[in-house]
Amino acid sequence: MCDTCGCNITSGNRHLLRPGGRLERSGDGRAAVSVLQGLLSENDHQAGHNRSHFDAHGVLAVNLMSSPGAGKTRLLEATIGALGGEFAMAVVEGDLETENDAERIRAHGVEAVQIATGSACHLDAHMVHDALHRLDLTGLDILFIENVGNLVCPASFDLGQHRNITLLSVPEGDDKPAKYPVMFRAADLVLLTKTDLLPYLTDFDPGRAERCLRELASESPLLALSPATGEGLDGWLAWLRDEVAAQRERVAQGLSARPDIQPEGAALHLREPRGSALPAAPGRGGAAATAGGD
Amino acid sequence: MHEYSVCLALMEQVERVAREHGAGRVERIVLKIGPLSGVEAPLLQHAWPLVAAGTLAADAELVTETAPVVVRCTQCGAESEAAPNRLLCGQCGDFRTRLVSGDEMLLASLELARIDEVKASCV
Repeated sequence: MCDTCGCNITSGNRHLLRPGGRLERSGDGRAAVSVLQGLLSENDHQAGHNRSHFDAHGVLAVNLMSSPGAGKTRLLEATIGALGGEFAMAVVEGDLETENDAERIRAHGVEAVQIATGSACHLDAHMVHDALHRLDLTGLDILFIENVGNLVCPASFDLGQHRNITLLSVPEGDDKPAKYPVMFRAADLVLLTKTDLLPYLTDFDPGRAERCLRELASESPLLALSPATGEGLDGWLAWLRDEVAAQRERVAQGLSARPDIQPEGAALHLREPRGSALPAAPGRGGAAATAGGD
Repeated sequence: MHEYSVCLALMEQVERVAREHGAGRVERIVLKIGPLSGVEAPLLQHAWPLVAAGTLAADAELVTETAPVVVRCTQCGAESEAAPNRLLCGQCGDFRTRLVSGDEMLLASLELARIDEVKASCV
């Protein structure tokens, strides 16, 4: 983020800033330098540029995260089928190898750029930036970024997206949020997928999945759906429509948004935007709205 | 696995700060890593020598400090420690809390040796 305004200072590290100042000399002539900068500030800087780029084109950027095989691509295929006539969409696909997912998307007439990460277990802001060189955002309403299937690393890297979605598929078990708190805490929306399997996997308790999510202090909505049967898709499509409308409104006012779960430092980072901050996005408590060009 | 990426990012920052201060060698690097940062300190420690080899931080001591997971309740206002996967208010039990500390992933400070001192010690 920013190394000048103090947005990285939280009550957990504030004491490091006290006496001694920025450049403290220790007894043996060595210089002790206080830095207090996020380790991923380089990535965050690029993510900010990506976000500005999305905003300049009026595009809503949505980052999809889940374990491998939770149904991210299947969800996108169903979404394209339902909203293809309503919104212009494109997809950035992240996988270690193959163009398989991008080809599945292209088969539905939607542009898809595949990022083959090699052995990297996540997308980062620079990879997405490179992919944007191969994608024309003009006229787009929604850009989906399908992250590498992994419930660990993708949660740590801001890509410039406006919203994070985490999928939890029924075969994975209902305690996944308790096992992967960093990932599920990052979600603005959690989708419980493959609900058509609930009659067969009787030990999966959707109520328990939601309890595990709430125990992460998450107020994000949890929607259950099955792209295979179409069950529950309406709620997801309504969420997307609301988010597209909210993004258009933000863009018109010169505002931007980032995923809601942010360290406390991000709250300090909020400055008086041009115009007024938007109310929370539908279904969300206190989504952060910041001035564009962050 | 992504700890290696984090180490690469750390190396860039360390080199930049060292350059800004005219340092010839980095002696100590202090990180602040919270349990909810998504980064594991022991994995960082393993990855770091691979990244630091041959750089001005090759012999630096890498120190990782942790911070407790602390939440502030948006309902009753209490602050309490919590487990990383159970961020409930310790006072009233409500789930509507904000994380106050525990997700830090920061380069907190560096100890640097100036170029002239490095030269002196090399003689």
